[in-house]
Amino acid sequence: MAASDTMAPAARESDRERAADYLLKRHRYGWAEALPWLIAIAAFFIFPDRMTFGSQVLVMVMFALSLDLILGYAGIVTLGHAAFFGVGAYTVGLAAARLQWTEPISGLFAAAIAAAIVGFITGWFLLRYRGLTLLMLTLATAIMLQETGNLRSDISGGYDGLPGLTFKPLLGVFDYDLYGHTYYLYALMVLAVVFFFVRRIVYSPFGQALTGIRENVRRMHAIGSPVHWRLVTVYTIAAAIAGVAGALFTQTNAYVTLTVFDFDNSAKVMVMLILGGTGRLYGAFVGATVYMVLEDYFSKLSPTFWQFGIGLVLVLAVLFAPRGLLGLIEKIGSHFTRRKRS
Amino acid sequence: MPHFAIVAVSILFDGLAYAMFLFITSVGLSVTMGLMGFVNLAHGAFAMAGGYLVVTLTRTLGVGFVPSLVIAAVMVGAVSIVFERVLYRRLYKSTDLEQVLLTIGLAFMAIATATYFYGPIPKSVPLPDWLQGDVNLGFRYFPSYRAFLIVLGAVLIAVLWYAFERTNIGAKIRAAVDNRRMAESVGINVDRLFTLTFAVGSGLAALGGGLAIQLLGLSPSFAVLYLVLFLIVVAVGGLGSLKGTLLAALVLGIFDTAGKYLLADAGGFFIYAVTVAVLLIKPAGFYGRE
Repeated sequence: MAASDTMAPAARESDRERAADYLLKRHRYGWAEALPWLIAIAAFFIFPDRMTFGSQVLVMVMFALSLDLILGYAGIVTLGHAAFFGVGAYTVGLAAARLQWTEPISGLFAAAIAAAIVGFITGWFLLRYRGLTLLMLTLATAIMLQETGNLRSDISGGYDGLPGLTFKPLLGVFDYDLYGHTYYLYALMVLAVVFFFVRRIVYSPFGQALTGIRENVRRMHAIGSPVHWRLVTVYTIAAAIAGVAGALFTQTNAYVTLTVFDFDNSAKVMVMLILGGTGRLYGAFVGATVYMVLEDYFSKLSPTFWQFGIGLVLVLAVLFAPRGLLGLIEKIGSHFTRRKRS
Repeated sequence: MPHFAIVAVSILFDGLAYAMFLFITSVGLSVTMGLMGFVNLAHGAFAMAGGYLVVTLTRTLGVGFVPSLVIAAVMVGAVSIVFERVLYRRLYKSTDLEQVLLTIGLAFMAIATATYFYGPIPKSVPLPDWLQGDVNLGFRYFPSYRAFLIVLGAVLIAVLWYAFERTNIGAKIRAAVDNRRMAESVGINVDRLFTLTFAVGSGLAALGGGLAIQLLGLSPSFAVLYLVLFLIVVAVGGLGSLKGTLLAALVLGIFDTAGKYLLADAGGFFIYAVTVAVLLIKPAGFYGRE
């Protein structure tokens, strides 16, 4: 960079070292990373009667995390991510209602596989396109799945959904309880497994290739990176994770309706992720939690007021905090440290 | 007349009326997206605003239906200039994602505002006598409102075609859609051109919103519910192409109507199936440039 040439050689050297140090150490676990998990466990003891809501938050965190993988890291802008959430939700729902397959953990795997298959097929076709065409095709995919469900409402239950599902006790021991304690801990454990999986992907060479595709797709083509296969792979993985989130949604709610495929659902998860900050893993945690808690509080006061508020927040976020809440916190933080140094 | 011919004529007639509505509402979006590549998800909100203005003008102020349509279109067009100057222009060079978020935020705010003032229940408007009932076209009776839509659509197509192909401003717009930098370097003020087309496009959307009250019903969710349709018309037609938007509106309007007539259960499936089929073969739409 031109600016660094004018710096003193020693300063440039230390900058370079710091950058190298960052690259070497960024995948290691820091103390701060324990914080969200500690908060989640603390919430279990502080709000024991709100655990059904808590499970919803965890489900949305996982859903937002799956979107972060494709939107934040690979730069794929989609308006149809709810498709995979819905496929996962219906895999578990239909298995329980129509096939009496009510074992929850194997249900998660089935949902992941079903969503991954849909993700692989649609991704293989759609990821050649960009911009508006891609937005429309992803959106159309989700709506077509919804319409298919509506067409066969004899199987799917249509917009009335599949109410009153029951599932076997977890591991044959821990049963569903009225306050949702079991399912909160269950969702938290599944989220932890999924998170460490995603974290490994992000810091792997494969994750680096994705960031490269996001930043400069032409250069990635030029250095011989198999761009399309990389995108299809990450799309399939993200679909599987969204499917697991959907499956957890069905299991914790004990019902599912076709509204899971709604455009609103795709838009909502994107808003959550943007609110927290894209391409930074914990953005999904912050965004989904803040959104869900605010929604829970304000939509009780007035749904109209809430909708206006979330619209306003979006507009302000784009204009003043394009990197999300975490980006904003970082910016304020660096502002203070710079002051201290000078 | 044999039964299938009656069904076919009905589908064509209703499909044509629907296509005209789609064309009127989407054409502005197509041109502005072609000019600036701006993804405007608040376009449906402008249409909705037009619809509610027509409701207020006719119900509360007692203005006639047709004058209300004109007033609503002009007012929304004028207000859209403010939005364009204050908000949109900041994001012309931003990513798709930021444009999507800003405009969907605006759409949410518009929906909430409409719910606050008009309530969530769909509204209706009083129509003049000549738009109610049926009109006799010699071999069959057709609803006059749909006939009015088709005539109005045909007139607007003619006017827009003339403005686009035969006037100086139209030539400038076409030049800017083709190659913006080149147009700027030969001295076309693309910025001002964009403000103008944006205002006209939003005005036409408002007109479409007013027309939609009788055709589809108007509730606050209109802004997002039908936005998807407008975007599909634009994507299938190709950005910035008048011809493409018209063709896409016709194909989608008629297919959707046919699907709903012949297979009521499949509902909205057809329009999306057609969209996916077209976009997979021609990713830039019928007349878009690759």
